[in-house]
Amino acid sequence: MDAVDGNAIGGLLVDVFGGEMTLAGSICGTCGARRPVAELVVYRRAPGTVVCCRTCGSVLMVFVKARGVTCVDLSGLASLGQPERL
Amino acid sequence: MAGTALRGRLTWQTAAVTAVTRETASVVTIGLNPPDWPGHQAGQHLEVRLTADDGYQAEREYSIASAPGELVEITVERLEGGEVSPYLTEDLRAGDELELRGPIAQYFVWEPGDGGPLMLVAGGSGVVPLRSILRHRLRTGSDAQARLLYSARTLPDVIYRDELDRGHDGVQVSYTLTRGQPPGWTGHTGRINQALLAEVAWPAETNPLAYICGPTSFVETAAAGLVGLGYPPERVKTERFGATGGH
Repeated sequence: MDAVDGNAIGGLLVDVFGGEMTLAGSICGTCGARRPVAELVVYRRAPGTVVCCRTCGSVLMVFVKARGVTCVDLSGLASLGQPERL
Repeated sequence: MAGTALRGRLTWQTAAVTAVTRETASVVTIGLNPPDWPGHQAGQHLEVRLTADDGYQAEREYSIASAPGELVEITVERLEGGEVSPYLTEDLRAGDELELRGPIAQYFVWEPGDGGPLMLVAGGSGVVPLRSILRHRLRTGSDAQARLLYSARTLPDVIYRDELDRGHDGVQVSYTLTRGQPPGWTGHTGRINQALLAEVAWPAETNPLAYICGPTSFVETAAAGLVGLGYPPERVKTERFGATGGH
């Protein structure tokens, strides 16, 4: 499956975090790499979206949508910046 | 809950389709008139939602093709087997309605204050947000010099060709054709690589600002190439839309 990047999930991230997130900074919990969310590796295959570190490949975030509810796993992150107001 | 838009939230709205213009055999530009559009930046997206008769919904993000202040337009390439793009490129007509929300995503954007010179690199329909940037540059009278390197399969696959070939002061457009060239073609051929970038791109000493958009593998090659030429990684903005093949 082909990866896209964090630019492609702006809408999903607004739904989850309530604001613009592609500019927000992230720190990988495994290798410590710092990047804006826009530059992270993203795999989309409904109902799930997996976001990975571009440096070490670790899974940083997982979003799974089922019956109108989105389950969110952020445990791969050491840090994630604040959403910006829309 | 239609009509109860909350401030600061991204709300779905129904836009009238004002025009559908064929760009290439597989690409159309769709003019839209959303009733409540807060304005967008060059390079941002909007999200389209289609709902089937059985209630199944599919959502896709598309780059906005028009400049801030212009009528909202998206340019869509038909993907074989896609859930959304075949409808948008084959069935949608002016006068229809389309559910959308936006604008979304603030990373891959350019404002005149960001300056230049601009090094824009497009693979296939990756040219769409770069067209918004070029139009924004023109409309705002920015003096940032710009170069566009655009990789397409063949000349008929070039989107916005008339507009790009019209020529604007301070903008240089180069094509590379990967699948076939018309007789007498004197432009570049083949996939993008380091040698082509070295020939076409602004030298790193001019402190260029680069925007690369295209299929994932194309973007990786172009970004690595520009960084290899001395562009600082933080001056190379990238947007990847997955594989569509052939750029």
